[in-house]
Amino acid sequence: MNVFLGVDVGSVSTNLALVTEDNEVRWTLYLRTQGQPIATIQQGMWVLRENLSPLMQIKGVGTTGSARRLAAVMIGADSVKNEITAHAVAACNLVPTVQTVFEIGGQDSKIIIIRDGVVVDFAMNTVCAAGTGSFLDQQAARLNLPIEQFGELALQSKTPVRIAGRCSVFAESDMIHKQQMGHNLPDILAGLCEALVRSYLNNVGKGKEIRGPIVFQGGVAANVGIVKAFERALGQTVFVPPHFNVMGAVGAAILAKEVYWERGETAFRGFAVATDEFTATSFECAGCANMCEVIGIKLNNRVIARWGDRCGKWEQSAHDAQVVTPRVAS
Amino acid sequence: MKVTFPHMGNMWIPVKTMLEYVGLEVIVPPVPSKKTLSLGTKYSPATACLPLKINIGNFIEAFELGADTIVMGGGWGPCRFGYYAEVEREILTDLGYKFNMIVLEAPDNKLSEFLKQVRVLAGDHSWFEVVRAIRLAWFKARAVDIVEEEAERWRSRERVYGGVDRTFTEALAKIDAAKTRLEIDGAVRWAQNAYRQLDLDYYKSVLRIGLVGEIYTVLEPFVNLEIERRLGRLGVEVSRSIYLSEWINDHLFGGFLRLPGAREARRLSSPYLNYFVGGHGRETVGSTVKFAQENFDGVIQIGPLTCMPEIVAQSVLSKVSQDLGIPTMTLYFDEHSGEAGLVTRLEAFVDLLSRRRARRKMSEVQMQ
Repeated sequence: MNVFLGVDVGSVSTNLALVTEDNEVRWTLYLRTQGQPIATIQQGMWVLRENLSPLMQIKGVGTTGSARRLAAVMIGADSVKNEITAHAVAACNLVPTVQTVFEIGGQDSKIIIIRDGVVVDFAMNTVCAAGTGSFLDQQAARLNLPIEQFGELALQSKTPVRIAGRCSVFAESDMIHKQQMGHNLPDILAGLCEALVRSYLNNVGKGKEIRGPIVFQGGVAANVGIVKAFERALGQTVFVPPHFNVMGAVGAAILAKEVYWERGETAFRGFAVATDEFTATSFECAGCANMCEVIGIKLNNRVIARWGDRCGKWEQSAHDAQVVTPRVAS
Repeated sequence: MKVTFPHMGNMWIPVKTMLEYVGLEVIVPPVPSKKTLSLGTKYSPATACLPLKINIGNFIEAFELGADTIVMGGGWGPCRFGYYAEVEREILTDLGYKFNMIVLEAPDNKLSEFLKQVRVLAGDHSWFEVVRAIRLAWFKARAVDIVEEEAERWRSRERVYGGVDRTFTEALAKIDAAKTRLEIDGAVRWAQNAYRQLDLDYYKSVLRIGLVGEIYTVLEPFVNLEIERRLGRLGVEVSRSIYLSEWINDHLFGGFLRLPGAREARRLSSPYLNYFVGGHGRETVGSTVKFAQENFDGVIQIGPLTCMPEIVAQSVLSKVSQDLGIPTMTLYFDEHSGEAGLVTRLEAFVDLLSRRRARRKMSEVQMQ
C-alpha cells in the first residue's frame, strides 16, 4: 500500500502522520519538540520505522511547521509548505464543507477562512502569544494542575470570573488577583478560557466573517473548556476533528501526495535519517554590515544546506557544491 | 561643507547626482544594515515609526564618514513625517553632533518652489547649472525605475535564482557612475541586454501581486525585509504602486510631467476614501482598485507599524477586496519584524492566490 508521510515540526510539538492515497489517516505520532528539533525529528523517524507495517511503502514526504526547511533537508521532502496551507488542506479533506478553521498551537494561533474549498483569507497572531498552548501549559503548571484536567475543571464552573486577557502578562496578574480575592479554581479557569477566546476573536479573527461549519484544530482543541467558550461566544457548534493535534502533519502528507502524483518520484532519503549524525553550526558572516547569522546543517560532517543569509551567498554555495539532499528512488 | 541625506531605496543615486552637479561634496550614508537599525533604535523614541529610526542611523553613520550637513525633506499633514526633520535635529544635537540641517519643505504643487530650494543649495552656481543638475538627476531616477521594473518582471521567471539581482546591482552602479544622459541611456540598454542573457523561462505562468502602501516601506528593501525578492523567488511578478520617478514628479515637480502617478490613484480611491488622510493612504486604496482592474491576482499592503494613514487605508481595503474580488493582505514592519513570520505569511498568501487561480481555470474549462 502506498502511504505518504507528513511531518510538522513546530515550536512545541513535532507530529508525524501517515496518510493513504485515499487521504485516510493510518498512523500518527505526537512528540514534544523541547527545543531540539533535530533530535526530535530523528526520534520520530525511529518510532515510525518500528511501527511501519511491511505492507506500507512511503511514496512521498511533506514537511510543515516553523522548522519545515530543517525537517525537509533531513528527511528528504517532496513538498515544503507553510502551516497555514497545510492546516487548510487537512481541514478541507476532513470536512469538505468547512468554511472556517481555528488553529491554536503552541506559539501561533491562526484563523483560516475557506469558501468552496479554497482559502480566501487568513490571519495569524502577530506579537502576542497570549491565547496559545504554551501559556495554558504555564498556567496549569503554576496551579499544579495536569493540563489534561484543565478543560474538565473549567466546565464545572457556573459563574466564570472575568479575566483581562488582552496580553498574557495582564492575564496572569489578573488571574492571581482573582485567586487572592478567593474565587474558586473552576471559575477562574472558565474565566481564562473565555478571556482567551475573546482575545483570539478580537485579535486574530478581527473583521473576518466566521461562518460554520467551524473546525477547531491544534493542540489547544483538546481543551473542552476552550471549545465550550468558543461555542458560547459564537452561538455555533465548533467541530473538533479526531486527529486535531496532528492536522498540520496530515495536511503536509496530503500535499506530498499531490506532488508525488505530479512527479512520480520521491526525494525521501529513507530511514537512515534516524541514525545519521546531524549537526547544526552557525557563524556570523562578516561579508557586509548586515552581519547575518548563517546556519549550516551537516550530515555526517558534510554540509548539506545553509541558510540565514540575506544575500544568498552561503545558501548558493551549498547549492553549487551539489550537496543538497540526494534523491533516492523508492 | 560635506552634505549627506537619508536613504530611501535607490533614491541616493539621483539625489547624489543633483547635489554633486551643483558643486557640493556629497557623502552617501552606508546602505541601511543591522548596524544602522541598532544605532537608530538606540537613539530614537521607541514609539516612533521605523523610517525615523533608520534615518537617525543613516545620519550617524554619515557623520562617522565626515558629513557635516544634512539635507532632509519636510512636510505637513496628518503623517508624522512632516515633523521628522525637527525631531531628528533635536536627537542628533542632544547626542552632541555639530551639523547644519537644510530642510526642503515639500513644495508638492509647484515646480518653481522646488527650483528655488535647490537654488539656495547651489550657492554661486547659475540657474542654467541648477536646471541641468535637476534634469540629469531626473533621467537617473527614470533609469533606476526602468531597470528595477524589469528586475521585478524577470525575477519570477529565473531558472537559477540570483542572476537578476546581480545584474540589477551592476546596472545601478553603472547608472550611478554615468556622467551624461547618453551614458545613462547606455546603462539602461546594458541592463536590458544583460537580463535577456539570463536563463529565463518566458513561458512560465506567474502570479502577479501589486505592492501598495507607505512609500518608505515600499521603496526601502532593508525595511520591508526584501519582500520583492522573496516574492520573486516564490514565482511572483511584483508591481509596485509607487516608483521613485513618479514620486519625484508628483511631489517635487508638482506633476509637471505627464506620467501616471498619484493623481490617478487618488481619483480611483473614491468612493472608498474621499479624504486626504495623510501619507499615502488614498494612494494605497486607489492603487488597489487599479491593480484589481488590471486583473492582478492579489495585493499586499505594507507600512511601518503604527502608520496612521495606512491603518485608515487598511480598514477600507477589506471593502475594496470584497467589492472587486481581489485578495489583500496587510503587513506592518518595525525593528522586531521576524523573518519566519513574514515568510510563512507570504507563502500562505501565494498559495491562496495560486489555488484560487487554478480553481478559476478549472471552472472556465468546465464552462466550455
